[in-house]
Amino acid sequence: MTQPILRVENLAKSFRMHHLDRSLHAFEGLSFTLAPGEFVLLSGANGVGKSTLLRTLYRSYLPVAGRILYDAPEGEIDLARAADVDIALLRAREIGFVTQFLTARPRVAAEDLVAEPLRRAGQDADSALAEARRWLAEFGVKPELWRAYPTTFSGGEQQKVNLARALILPQRLLLLDEPTASLDAGARSALVRRLEALKQQGVAMIGVFHHPGDVAALIDRDIRLDPKEMAHVAE
Amino acid sequence: MERAAPRLVRAQPLLRMADVSKRYGDVVALEHVSAEVYPGEVLGIVGESGSGKSTLLRMMNLEELPDEGRYSLDLPGVPEHLFAMDGYARRMLRARHIGIVYQNPHLGLLMKNSSSGNVAERLLVAGERRFSVLREKAKQSLEASEFPLERMDAPPIELSGGMQQRVQLAKAIALEPAVLLLDEPTTGLDVSVQALVLDTLKRLQRERRITMVIVSHDLGVIRTMADRVMVMRRGRVVEAGLVDQVFQDPQAAYTQALVHAKL
Repeated sequence: MTQPILRVENLAKSFRMHHLDRSLHAFEGLSFTLAPGEFVLLSGANGVGKSTLLRTLYRSYLPVAGRILYDAPEGEIDLARAADVDIALLRAREIGFVTQFLTARPRVAAEDLVAEPLRRAGQDADSALAEARRWLAEFGVKPELWRAYPTTFSGGEQQKVNLARALILPQRLLLLDEPTASLDAGARSALVRRLEALKQQGVAMIGVFHHPGDVAALIDRDIRLDPKEMAHVAE
Repeated sequence: MERAAPRLVRAQPLLRMADVSKRYGDVVALEHVSAEVYPGEVLGIVGESGSGKSTLLRMMNLEELPDEGRYSLDLPGVPEHLFAMDGYARRMLRARHIGIVYQNPHLGLLMKNSSSGNVAERLLVAGERRFSVLREKAKQSLEASEFPLERMDAPPIELSGGMQQRVQLAKAIALEPAVLLLDEPTTGLDVSVQALVLDTLKRLQRERRITMVIVSHDLGVIRTMADRVMVMRRGRVVEAGLVDQVFQDPQAAYTQALVHAKL
């Protein structure tokens, strides 16, 4: 197999809750690797820490021990300790996080929200907008909504906008936190098609799915998180 | 865990403040505060009143000097130690390279002069003397701040709070400053007006990639605007990090209390 894009070594996360003067334990001693183009399903019971792991990899949560070695184009970098500005750069450039929740921003049109990652990456405004519209159509957002503000949309429509935005720029590593939840069938199959294409392009993906059947054809491996100890990795 | 120095980001910090301390008599305003802001970034500074956040911002604006500490802006032709410059040089540097929007428009504007004149004043500092150019540039700047141009000659005193903030903003960005400082820019405005002003700031940031430092006690404002956030209390930095991390996984007891109180 090719050089892994991610090597997680002895990763641990717990939350210190000062007002209760105790720590909430999430996971520890977690180790696994992820190769380019590989699709790994995180499984385990509710509350076992699957989403916590994804957020820790994205650095929305700070790990308490271990390493997250990421194979950046400039060389390997430990996401557990990397400077905040480096994390921000990687997020803008190559590490994506897809959730069921829209990071709603008042008064930004759906199409501008979707086009933004392309514009940030240096694409000119017009072609970014054209591509954004193409993806909104692909995910089944009706054209009359493209100029509207997603904050007023239903949950399902918001999520389509969110997915279009999250997946418009080809990333190198995608963290997927229940992206199919509350999607209608059309949008779900658009999402699976997009993930399949990204996988073909070599994007590494790790995710939590409420209905893993949605992405069954993409799954290469399963990492199971157990309540007590560490993860068991099934090849 | 201790964070490493930046490795991927090649740029130097545009703004660098190191080990700044300030006392007023027995009151400690700032104690060994350091901050770095990278080009194109928005740094949020959050804290309750008396935390030192506004004092720090006034130092970034060279309005105030610390008892100790260093300040530099990575710009061509600018001295390395900004606190060491004389008053005139500080004023010139401020006018040329730093924009500021205060919570209180009286601090930033001449309330009885025309709004366009307030903006043009900034351009005069840069040596522009042709009336038509001054007026045209003031107009452009007001337009970028989404100020209704039919009112450009009205004095700020006759305008609403939201419009006064837009005039301040137009003045602040007129000379395309290297850094835009915002001191509680929307505090005291109606919620709906606040959202509109934040929107304008967000759009300017998106389109022009202006480096910004925004001070607010309002976590919602910081969450909307900032890439990174610094939490201050009693003159010290309690915690700093990416904005989603500080809000989702606050480390310090004080930040946890602050975030939980707001949610």
